[in-house]
Amino acid sequence: MELKVRAVAGTLESSDIYVVMEPGASGIELELKSTVADQYGDDIRKVVDETLNEMGVKAAKITLDDKGALDVVIKSRLQTAIMRAAQSKEFKWE
Amino acid sequence: MKLRRSMLFVPANNPGIIRDSYLYKPDSVMFDLEDSIAITEKDSARCLLFNMIKKLKPLYKEAGVETVVRINSLDTEFGIQDLEAMVRAEIEVIRIPKTDTPEDVYEVEKHIERIEREAGIEIGKTKIIVAIESPLGALNALSIAKCSPRLIGMAIGGEDYVTNLKTTRSTDGVEMMMGRAMIVMAARSAGIAAVDSVYSDVNNDEGFIKEAQMIKQMGFDGKSLIHPRQIELVHKVYTPDEKNIKKSLRIIKATEEAMAEGKGVFTVDGKMIDKPIIERAQHVLELAKAAGIKMGGDE
Repeated sequence: MELKVRAVAGTLESSDIYVVMEPGASGIELELKSTVADQYGDDIRKVVDETLNEMGVKAAKITLDDKGALDVVIKSRLQTAIMRAAQSKEFKWE
Repeated sequence: MKLRRSMLFVPANNPGIIRDSYLYKPDSVMFDLEDSIAITEKDSARCLLFNMIKKLKPLYKEAGVETVVRINSLDTEFGIQDLEAMVRAEIEVIRIPKTDTPEDVYEVEKHIERIEREAGIEIGKTKIIVAIESPLGALNALSIAKCSPRLIGMAIGGEDYVTNLKTTRSTDGVEMMMGRAMIVMAARSAGIAAVDSVYSDVNNDEGFIKEAQMIKQMGFDGKSLIHPRQIELVHKVYTPDEKNIKKSLRIIKATEEAMAEGKGVFTVDGKMIDKPIIERAQHVLELAKAAGIKMGGDE
């Protein structure tokens, strides 16, 4: 999936994550800020990798501001940001 | 029989509330994709709820909390997408807003069946609750209530209903009486649940309890709620008193004995017992059990 515009999803409220998704030249550039970065930073990066792979995103600049979101919330906000950045409404519900 | 004393509204774009709402132990949680979600956040809420329902469904089930989602109307650009996501997430009940005619239900039902088929979900598994929010819907309540085997309940949406009636909500609720009466009568005729509207003044316990007592007496199964603190209040209203529980226990015991002896007619406390009295006694015991009251052998 090709990202066309800058898009955001999520909030800065507790248990949520704020995602900024921008088109990248090549590869994935990730900036992570998290209240639980020391304990769960690797887990968050793993969710990011899996979600990008599932949605076929090869190039992106991603900024995450995490407020203690569950994996499932991180995945959801990334998916929304990717769909918005790709300007697509054809979401695969699986 | 599933009790629906409390149906807690939860905005579907708040991960913390979606994660925790079953802990408050309402009978049902109604995740809202409609009025409480801004138009610019419909996609985000739908995606979040889809993933969270798939993940949290076992926890809700274990807690005995029914999962309901209020979708956007099918005449908006969001309605079909809501169904695509929620049926596939295997939410238990779809709540249709602003239902005016049986055709509104048929339209939703058609899409649910298609999606169930596509997703390999048992046909008919996804149930429906309708919300009546206009005088037209109230006038059509009986035909709507009987229009689909998927239909398990009928609710009244107070704010839209009074606006469409060209009036406002008052403390005594006189403007709601005709609609409430038609909806509870229709729901009872069809053998489905009747759910009353929300009480918006969350800090007015006295007013809430008074309204809950009134709708209980009218025959409603329960209310839609906008705050967790209203759950305990409405459950208390629906908890039977000790005298009623003891009488119901005597009736059920006498019924079992009469059945064992092949008797068709019998009395308890000098009064003849028939089918409606037995059904009422069973319902009282279900409500008592749901309220955590120990009965019979547990005493």
